[in-house]
Amino acid sequence: MSARQYARDLGMGARFAVTGGREGWVRTALTAVGVGMGVALLLLTTALPGVVSARHAVEEARADYTFAVHPLPKGDDTLLLADTGTWWRTKSVRGRLLEPEGPKAPLPPGVDRFPAKGEMLVSPALGELLASGDAQLLRERLPYRITGTIGAKGLLGPRELVYYAGAEGLKPKAGGARTERLRTFGDPQPDTAQADPVLLMMVLVVFVVLLMPVAVFIAAAVRFGGERRDRRLAALRLVGADGRTTRRIAAGEALAGSLIGLVVGAGLFLAGRRIAGSVTVMGESFYPAYLDPSPLLALLVALAVPACAVLVTLLAMRGVVIEPLGVVRTAVPARRRLWWRLLLPLAGLALLYPMFGQGHSGGDFNQYLVIAGVLLFLIGVTALLPWLVERAVARLDPGPLSWHLAVRRLQLSSGTAARTVNGVAVAVAGAIALQMLFAGVQGQYEKNTGKDPSRAQLEIALSDHSRVGPAAAAIARTKGVRASVGLATASLGEKPRDADAALDVIVGDCASLRELAHLPSCRDGDTFALAGPEYGTEFDRASRDAVLRPGHDAYIDPGYADVQGLSVPVAVPEHLRWATARGDSLMPRANGLLVTPAALPKAAEPALSGEVFVRMDQALPDVQEYVRNTAARVDPVADIMAVTPTETSARYTSLRTGMLIGASCVLMLIGASLLVSQLEQLRERRKLLSALVAFGTRRRTLGLSVLWQSALPITLGLLLAAAVGMGLGAVLLRMSAAEVTVVWPDVLALTGVGAGVVLAVTLLTLPPLLRMTRPDGLRTE
Amino acid sequence: MCSVLAMSIGHTLLGLLESGPRHGYDLKRAFDDTFGHDRPLAYGQVYATMSRLLRNGLVEVDGIEAGDGPDRKRYAITDAGITDVERWLASPEKPEDYLRSTLYTKVVLALLTHRDAADVLDTQRSEHLRTMRVLTDRKRRGDLADQLICDHALFHLEADLRWLELTAARLDRLRTEVVA
Amino acid sequence: MTPPDGSLLVARDLRKSYGPTAALDGAAFSVHPGEVVAVMGPSGSGKSTLLHCLAGIVRPDSGSITYAGRELTTLSDSERSALRRGEFGFVFQFGQLVPELTCVENVALPLRLNGTPRKEAERAALTWMERLEVDDLRRKRPGEVSGGQGQRVAVARALVTGPRVVFADEPTGALDSLNGERVMELLTDAARSTDAAVVLVTHEARVAAWSDREIVVRDGRSRDMERSA
Repeated sequence: MSARQYARDLGMGARFAVTGGREGWVRTALTAVGVGMGVALLLLTTALPGVVSARHAVEEARADYTFAVHPLPKGDDTLLLADTGTWWRTKSVRGRLLEPEGPKAPLPPGVDRFPAKGEMLVSPALGELLASGDAQLLRERLPYRITGTIGAKGLLGPRELVYYAGAEGLKPKAGGARTERLRTFGDPQPDTAQADPVLLMMVLVVFVVLLMPVAVFIAAAVRFGGERRDRRLAALRLVGADGRTTRRIAAGEALAGSLIGLVVGAGLFLAGRRIAGSVTVMGESFYPAYLDPSPLLALLVALAVPACAVLVTLLAMRGVVIEPLGVVRTAVPARRRLWWRLLLPLAGLALLYPMFGQGHSGGDFNQYLVIAGVLLFLIGVTALLPWLVERAVARLDPGPLSWHLAVRRLQLSSGTAARTVNGVAVAVAGAIALQMLFAGVQGQYEKNTGKDPSRAQLEIALSDHSRVGPAAAAIARTKGVRASVGLATASLGEKPRDADAALDVIVGDCASLRELAHLPSCRDGDTFALAGPEYGTEFDRASRDAVLRPGHDAYIDPGYADVQGLSVPVAVPEHLRWATARGDSLMPRANGLLVTPAALPKAAEPALSGEVFVRMDQALPDVQEYVRNTAARVDPVADIMAVTPTETSARYTSLRTGMLIGASCVLMLIGASLLVSQLEQLRERRKLLSALVAFGTRRRTLGLSVLWQSALPITLGLLLAAAVGMGLGAVLLRMSAAEVTVVWPDVLALTGVGAGVVLAVTLLTLPPLLRMTRPDGLRTE
Repeated sequence: MCSVLAMSIGHTLLGLLESGPRHGYDLKRAFDDTFGHDRPLAYGQVYATMSRLLRNGLVEVDGIEAGDGPDRKRYAITDAGITDVERWLASPEKPEDYLRSTLYTKVVLALLTHRDAADVLDTQRSEHLRTMRVLTDRKRRGDLADQLICDHALFHLEADLRWLELTAARLDRLRTEVVA
Repeated sequence: MTPPDGSLLVARDLRKSYGPTAALDGAAFSVHPGEVVAVMGPSGSGKSTLLHCLAGIVRPDSGSITYAGRELTTLSDSERSALRRGEFGFVFQFGQLVPELTCVENVALPLRLNGTPRKEAERAALTWMERLEVDDLRRKRPGEVSGGQGQRVAVARALVTGPRVVFADEPTGALDSLNGERVMELLTDAARSTDAAVVLVTHEARVAAWSDREIVVRDGRSRDMERSA
């Protein structure tokens, strides 16, 4: 067979794809759109590393940390900067106060001049938001005149909310919002550390889990309209094409469809990129320019997709003999065997097993083994599902008529049924595994803050202790605030310099101190000792004994070798009263001396940093905004934190966010393909359905039967997905040396989403079903 | 209608003899059973035919039983007779010339006289169907031979009707051609 | 034209258009219990539309259809469905057997639509299959049987509910002469023995010859040959 012959057959198939009449055209269009959606998603994935690195570059360039123990000396090239980032409802606003100390002070990226005091530069999105009138409360908080815009070089995305405001009198390393003196922007310690092996593994798994269903989807899209295609090929056999030729023609058709799909995919991707700038996904926005597929990966997609299309077509035609007078499916397909199907996940396990426990010791995972192992697990789902469906439906007994019809249909073509839900099953299995992995390692990326969010919902660190009283009072008067508690803290040592033991001194009136500890009686001038519940070791006790010697002095803000402290002596009373910490203390880590204002030496005041704890009526809309506005008014450099019981590592959070975005895209895609193939099946059976209606079959019976036909395989698919997903999740957790636990509500939720997709698709097919079963359907005879 | 009027009785009788010698009366009975549903063969015709066949050397007298009357002769087929049957079966029948059938005349006349030719067709179809129903009914009750012979007639009648259907479909064209 | 007394299904002056084309333009019809009526006519003459109207599958634009004293045209869709389930049987050109059901399940289907339990329905189906000489196919799927056998299964399915009218739309159209004959013989015998009326749409005279009477449809109008002759 000459190459020319090959080319001619392929070309003929390609011509059929685009000129095969309305039917051929519809089929090609379906395939092209399906493949196109898959390709667009693949291109997006190949662009993701670029997006991540571009965003990372901006983050590094605008980093404003110093990590220095001593503030830099003031110079004509230094800048004072305070991190006054805030929140607008659920959106984070990056905010900085800038105070240049000389003409050579560094400008942040995207900014060409410093705003004067009372002025600010805003990102376009923030400008829009402030101008919209919807954000009146935010405007009150940022009462600066807008004099310019921040350029794209200084923003992570077009929807990012950022402002730089001019300020005067900032004090580095004071209390309140982080305030630094900078000589330059940019990360002083660029990220050279080895990536966390567990995070790396999770990234790999997320990619595999999201791309696998896309592959399944593309494979399904290539098979759209296959039955019609087979009939056309039979007609070609009749006029003399041999079996091999028909195969090549089919391959040509698939090739053409997938090539058009590539173009459609590129188009969809470009169109998506255009609108990408105006959407915010889970709080993140992206510059379209960042969405640049890496050329090598894009090339890989461009080659792999058509190759897969041809391969899938040839594989699908393996069980089909195209005879001149029609299509013969190899009569009784061999019963599906279990052993090699089971082998796949077992092989996956074998690949992953050696890496058990490696997440612990900072060890590293072999990327290829991780990818291969996870892939094998998930392919195991697609291989096991047809076997499972076949076995299960073979045992089902016919019950009511709609059920009977569905069961019989599944028995006759369990492969088709399994294929249609394969994508959903793989996606759900992957998502369950990921979910388990995330939940399991969450502990490693979450710090327990020990704080009780029911006692206080906001914690405001003030730049100056002297503002504690007025700030607490102002906030107490704010709408929606139930209580505000002002406290000031400093450190306490047993010696003026180079103290060996360090405790806290906490200053507040009696009412405020009672938020921390049970005080039997209290008057201004009293002092109490407090042993923090978390400080119960021998060492802690010795430290307390060393500092809190009744009748002796302790020293507030002791100095150390290289740090000048105030070292203000404070007398520990002869009869030191011990207070017991409240279980729900506002400062669970407080440990040392509780001092009422009159008992504090005046000289110690500058060493204090002040905090206000706020309890509010959370049912009131925008209550947080009111409090933030009050705080910004009394102290523009205040730092406001929402109290959460846990804090999560930012990288971990962004990975989890990425997974959720990806999983929803994938499930939607799969839903679309499911819809197409179901409509196609209905169209194939149009005449039969009309005949059944002629007999007087109730449409409800037909509708229910269609529902059972998807519900049965999807139930089996989801059961299998849950089992394999949990198995894979357990393996991954063992690899990251985390405890294996199953979060059942999450498993149920994910399978529920999968079931929901199938149910929605089935409901969408009902109107066409009803239309098709109108008696007019018989007329075509 | 179902009889075999057009067939050659001589060849048929010869064919019946091929399975073995028979008396003249046996021959008549065998013929009637197989072919002569409507009109039994007259014995005189058997006698006359056998005489002609004897003369031509296609049959011979196998034996004469004692007794009176001409039907005592037993006939057997000769080799020449077998050859003759073979030749007859092997030669095709000349298709009849249907062009000048009455039906055609009626249709054309109806057109020429501006009568509704479709009526002629429908009436004729109805009449054909009446006959065909009788045949179908007989076929249903009869044996294999009945079925074969009735089918033969049914197919011919159906052919007439097909021609009628086609003519009906072409009536418009026919009208313009004939009337013009 | 007034139909004779004792007619089971009578239609008068039926009109039905699909878009601008009139499929029926004043057609009439009647059939007695136990009578086989052939509906003849060229393709596109409105034969099938007439059958669909008579069977209550399609509602005519105007005209009346009376079945056993009930006016069909005023019944709701679900009432007509119930009537088709209970009183009518159907045979189509290409069997239209449900491919995933076995033959006996296909035959039992109309009974099950009426709520007969499965075992009982299949027992009844089997006696009909015996009668149509296809009982040996009971476990086979329609894809595994020949066209003639499939059509006999379809006839069994049409008769299993003991319908009072059987509608057959070109029931032999896809069969060779021998199988066509056999299907017609079995269908008409069975219908006559149960006193069911048969409405037989065909364009073949040899098939129509199994009827008792024919009507001709031409350009949407019907002509009853027996009574107009």
